[in-house]
Amino acid sequence: MADDPNIAPKVIKNDPWYSSYAARAEQMRASEIRALFAVANRPEVVSLAGGMPYLGRMPFDKLADQLGVMLRSKGQVAWQYGSAQGDPHLREDVLPIMELEGIKDVQPDDVVIVNGSQSGLDLITRIMCDPGDVVLAEAPNYVGALGVFQSFQVDVVNVAMDGDGLIPEALEETILEQRRQGKAVKFLYTVPNFHNPAGATMSVERRPRVIEIARKYHVLIVEDNPYGLLAFDGQTYPALRSYDSEGIVYLSSFSKIIAPGMRVAWMVAPPGIRQKLVLANESAILCPSNMSQMTITTYLDNFDWKSQINDYRGMYKERCDAMDEALKEYLPYCSWLKPKGGFYIWLKIPQGLNAKDMLPRAITAKVAYVSGTAFYDNGEGADHMRLSFCYPTPDRIREGIRRLSTVIENELATVRLFEPDNDKKRG
Amino acid sequence: MAAKHSKTPRQQTGGKTVATGKAKTIASTKTTTVASPTSTAATTSATGASEVAKKARRTSHRSIREATPVTMDDVTSLASKTTKRADKSLLVICGGLSHERDVSISSGHRVQGFLEEAGWTVHVHDMDGSLLPYLTDESTRPDLVWPLLHGANGEDGSIRDVLEMAGLPYIGSRAKASRTAWSKPIAKNVVRMAGLHTPHSVTLPESMFRELGVEPVIDMLLGSLGLPLFIKPTMGGSAMGCTMVTEQSQLTQALINCFAYGDVALIEQAVTGAEVSVSILEFDGHPLVLPPLEIWTPSGTYDFEARSTPGPTEFYVPARLDAKTTQAVSDAALTAHRALGLRDISRTDFIVDAQGQPQFLESNVAPGMTDTSLLPQSAQAAGYNLPELYTALVQSVLNQKRTD
Repeated sequence: MADDPNIAPKVIKNDPWYSSYAARAEQMRASEIRALFAVANRPEVVSLAGGMPYLGRMPFDKLADQLGVMLRSKGQVAWQYGSAQGDPHLREDVLPIMELEGIKDVQPDDVVIVNGSQSGLDLITRIMCDPGDVVLAEAPNYVGALGVFQSFQVDVVNVAMDGDGLIPEALEETILEQRRQGKAVKFLYTVPNFHNPAGATMSVERRPRVIEIARKYHVLIVEDNPYGLLAFDGQTYPALRSYDSEGIVYLSSFSKIIAPGMRVAWMVAPPGIRQKLVLANESAILCPSNMSQMTITTYLDNFDWKSQINDYRGMYKERCDAMDEALKEYLPYCSWLKPKGGFYIWLKIPQGLNAKDMLPRAITAKVAYVSGTAFYDNGEGADHMRLSFCYPTPDRIREGIRRLSTVIENELATVRLFEPDNDKKRG
Repeated sequence: MAAKHSKTPRQQTGGKTVATGKAKTIASTKTTTVASPTSTAATTSATGASEVAKKARRTSHRSIREATPVTMDDVTSLASKTTKRADKSLLVICGGLSHERDVSISSGHRVQGFLEEAGWTVHVHDMDGSLLPYLTDESTRPDLVWPLLHGANGEDGSIRDVLEMAGLPYIGSRAKASRTAWSKPIAKNVVRMAGLHTPHSVTLPESMFRELGVEPVIDMLLGSLGLPLFIKPTMGGSAMGCTMVTEQSQLTQALINCFAYGDVALIEQAVTGAEVSVSILEFDGHPLVLPPLEIWTPSGTYDFEARSTPGPTEFYVPARLDAKTTQAVSDAALTAHRALGLRDISRTDFIVDAQGQPQFLESNVAPGMTDTSLLPQSAQAAGYNLPELYTALVQSVLNQKRTD
C-alpha cells in the first residue's frame, strides 16, 4: 500500500468529532500566543505574565508535620467523598476571614466551597445564564471569567471603569441600554479590589451607589474578591456583600493568599441561589476535594495566617515599587496606575503598537507579559498589557522592564516605519 | 521532562507480516551510485549554495532513479532486529527557547512514547544548561540522540553542531545541511538549481525598507510580484508570523507581524493550488518516500491555529492528484531532500499549481511529530505502525555506527 501511488486517497479528518461539538466549544482553539507562553516558564525568561502568588515563604516543613498529624488521625475522611456544599469545618473557618472585609452576617450554612473561584464562576453562570443572555462586566475584564462567559455563549457587555473602579453612571446607562434592546441582563460581574488586570479599586463612595443601581434594576451582583486582603498598607475595604445580603453572590479564594494548587475557594449566596449552587456543584464535581479542604483547615488552625498574609503584603509592595520605579526609568512614555494592592500593573503602551503582535519579539528578548487583548472579547485592548509583579524578585522585575523597553522601542521603530499615518495620529 | 503521554492506538500494517528471512536487508541492497547526503551537506553553506545545488542537480536525478526505495517489508525487517532495546539509551531533545517550544515538547513526548512502546529506553531532555553535562557524563551519555527541537537552535543546525562536537550519533540532517534548509531563501535557491520550481520571491530585511523608503520598495514589490503574496519570516516554522496578503492595504501589517519574529522577510508570490506535503525517511541512504499528503482547510490557509487545533482540517493521503503528478511531487521531495543534503528524515512542503507543477515552499529537518503533524499522519495512512517505523529509523542509524 505504501508503495503504490495509484491507490484511492484516504481522507483523514484532523478531528473526526469536529462536526459533533457543541457550539460553545467553537472558541476553544490553539493559539499562537498560547504557544509562545510555553517559553515563559523557562528560567531565562523574566515572566511578567502569570498571576502566580509567591510561595517561597510558606512554612512547608512545619506544615508537613501538621499534615502528617491530620492524615494519621483523619486520613479516611480526607481521602473519602465529602459534602457537595463543602467541609463544615472549612465553612466555619472562612467566616473570620470575611469579617475582615465587613461581612458579619454569614452562617456556615450560607457558604459553598468550590474548586477555586474559576469553578464558582462556572457554576453561577451555569445556573443563571442561557445563551444570548447578557452579563455586565468591567472593561477590561478578568480573562478567566471571559472564558467562562464565552463557554456559556453569554454576551459580555462592557461597563466603563476608571481609577476608582466601576463607574456607577456607566452601569445605569448600560443596564438601560440593554433593556431598550430587550436583552436579559443576568448579573454584573465585578472585581472591586485591586482589579485584574486594571489594578484599580472601587472607591468606598461608589460601592453603595453600585449596589443601589443593581437593586433598582433587579440585577444580581457577582462580587469576585481574591485580592481583598492584599492591600499594601493592610487596609481592607468593605465588601459589596457587607452592604447587601440579598442581591450579591460573593466569591473569595485561598489561591492568592495561601495556595492556588489546592483549588479551594468559597461562595456566599442568597438562599435560593445557594441551593442551586450546591446542586450544580454536585452535578459538576460531586464534591470539592476533602484532602484540599483539610489541608487548608490544617493550615488555618495551626499557623498565624494573618501574619503570613502581612508578610506577603510587604513583599508584594516591594515588588510593585520595583516595577513602578523601573517603568518610570525605562518606559516613561507609557502610562499606568500604580495599584494599592494585588498583583498587577495595567500598562498603556504608545498608540499604534499592538501588544499581541509584539509578543514574539518579547519572547525573543526573554520577557513575557499578557497582551491586553486577552481581557476583552471584542478585539480591544491591544494598546495595553498586563504586567504581574507578584512572582519575580525586584531585581528580575527591573531586568524584565529593561528588556521590555527595548522590545517596545524596536517595535515602535518598525511600526513607525511601516505605518507612519498611525504615528501622525499619535501626534 | 520525563513525563510520558498517553499512547495513541497502534495502527496495524495492513496485514503485512514480519518475514525476517525473506525480507531483504537494507545493507545488502545498498546501491553504490546513491549520492551521499553527508558529502553534499558537508559543503553546503549560505555562500556555497550555488555550487552545492549544481552538484546536487547532477546527482539527485540519478539518485531518484537508482536508489533502492525502502518497502514496508524493509521497515519491518529493520524493526525486528534483535537489539536489546532496553539496554540502549536513547535521548530525545526537545523544548528549547524558540517560539516553537510548545510544539517541540509535544513532538518530543510523542516520539518518546512510541519508542518506549517499542521497548526502547528513552529519556527526554530540554535544551538548557544541564544538557551538556547530561550528554557527556558517563552515567547518562546516550547511545543515540533524536533532536526534535523546532525553530531556532533546533533546525538551524546549532544543536547538531554541539552533538557532533560531543561525538554523539544522532538522527537527522547534519548541521550544515540543516542550516541551508532552515533559511528558506537559500533552500529555494538550492532546489531551484536542482531543477525544482519554487514561487517567485524576494528576501528583504527590515533595514532595506528603512534605507530605501517603504513606499518605493512596496511599489517595486507589487510591480514585480503582484498580489496575492505570502509574507513569512525567512527562518521559522509552524506558520508563525506568516500572513497571506490579498490586498495592498494588508501588506504593511503583514510585514510588521513578520518582523516581530525575525529581521528578514521572505515575500513570495502566493500560488493557488493544492497544499501537499511529502515526508521522507531514509535508511542508510535508501529513501522511504511516504505518500504525498494533501491539506485542506476551510479557510484555505494552513495557519498556526489550523496546524495545532484538531478541527475541520482534512488530510488526503495520497493527495488527490493523478498518478503522474503524484509521482512528480514525490520525486520533487526526494530531489529537495538530496539537493539540500538532508539525512534520515525530512518533510518538504509544496503547492501543486493549476498546471500540476509542484512548487517548492520549504523543507523541514525536524518535521513536527505531534498527533496533528503531517509526517505521522502520512505514515499511519500508508499503513505504517509508528513504533515500528521509528524503531526502524533508530535501528538504521545505530547500525551505521556513525561517529559524528
